[in-house]
Amino acid sequence: MAVDGDRRARYHLAEVNVALLREPLDAPATADFVAALEPINQLADHSPGFVWRLQTPEGDATSIRAFDDDRILVNLSLWESLETLWAFTYASRHLDLLRRRREWFHRLADAHLALWWVPAGHVPTVAEAVTRLELLRRRGPSPDAFTLREPFPAPDAPAVASSRVTAPTGAA
Amino acid sequence: MNQERFEQGVAALHALHDPVRRSLYRYVSAQPHEVSREEAARAVGVQRGLAAFHLDKLVDAGLLEVSAVRRVGKRSGPGAGRPARLYRRTAVQYEVSVPPRTYAMVAELLAEAVEEAGADLTLQAAARRLGVRFGAQARAGTAGRVDEGTVTPAVVPSGVVDVLVRQGYEPYQDGTAVRLGNCPFRDVATGFPAVVCGMNLALLEGLVDGAGAVGISAVMDPRPGRCCVALVAAEPGQVRSQSLSQ
Repeated sequence: MAVDGDRRARYHLAEVNVALLREPLDAPATADFVAALEPINQLADHSPGFVWRLQTPEGDATSIRAFDDDRILVNLSLWESLETLWAFTYASRHLDLLRRRREWFHRLADAHLALWWVPAGHVPTVAEAVTRLELLRRRGPSPDAFTLREPFPAPDAPAVASSRVTAPTGAA
Repeated sequence: MNQERFEQGVAALHALHDPVRRSLYRYVSAQPHEVSREEAARAVGVQRGLAAFHLDKLVDAGLLEVSAVRRVGKRSGPGAGRPARLYRRTAVQYEVSVPPRTYAMVAELLAEAVEEAGADLTLQAAARRLGVRFGAQARAGTAGRVDEGTVTPAVVPSGVVDVLVRQGYEPYQDGTAVRLGNCPFRDVATGFPAVVCGMNLALLEGLVDGAGAVGISAVMDPRPGRCCVALVAAEPGQVRSQSLSQ
């Protein structure tokens, strides 16, 4: 995946998010979520900047357990940039799923999504992802584990002043 | 209130005082493409020279900007190869409120609180109720006509379009769909997309339901730079509203 001399490809953005189901995956209340999995995963696969996502031979990550509580789903993916991840997450049909999250998932008190930069070509493991999430939960956003709302640039990026991926709100 | 920004806002509004200039500004703002002087003049019903004068005043005021594009086609003679001035709205926001009112910060705090509390569905229910009230006004015709003729009544009832225009969505027709060219909540939506866009969809679902607009549905269809919702022809047998959480 890494291309020598191509600055953009030196680091990829890893993303992990966890979600606590209200009902089991096979419950009627969760049916719409389950039905949406394949189309949304297809959408991700074809989105600009998408690099890789965690999946089992069934095609998604819903059978993977990262925690003792087996109602907790985990998602892990790699993207070329903050902007492309933001665009998929909030400016695509994925938003239609996101706005219904409370129908299917409890609100977690702790951080549920963590981002970090990895060398291009590195594929993160679930254990690594959990470590990064726990780091974010313990320390708050830092270059080693951060969020879309409080991002940090890739290690080789020039310094930028803005703290938001997209247009910031007005100054004080 | 930031005095400099207040002054800038007043200057921008002052630039819109002239009715012809205001019409030109609104026309350019409503188009999904960049607009030439000829097109703007024709649309507003004034001479090209007068349109040019006003459009350039709007550029001076920072409300519009120019992109110069080389003319294609005319190889020789007068006007050959001269760049055509095309106008579009700038992205700068101006606000003037007297006495000072600050809703942007309150919106951010409330959106953050909804996010933290996981209260999306409560907010969506409230937004849907408000949308239904707007829809009832649209149906009764009490909302008042403001439609600038950008959507034909056969696609969406004119009362619904009036509400969309009034709320700042800048609706325009795209085949049998109505797309919304502006996000009225842009800053807070960018900060909390799931909360605010979910609220927005619920509001517009309510509007469609409350107006009794059979045959159209509000659906989530995010596009860069535009509102996340579009009004599309409902599938046969589909309920009017896309809401699945009853």
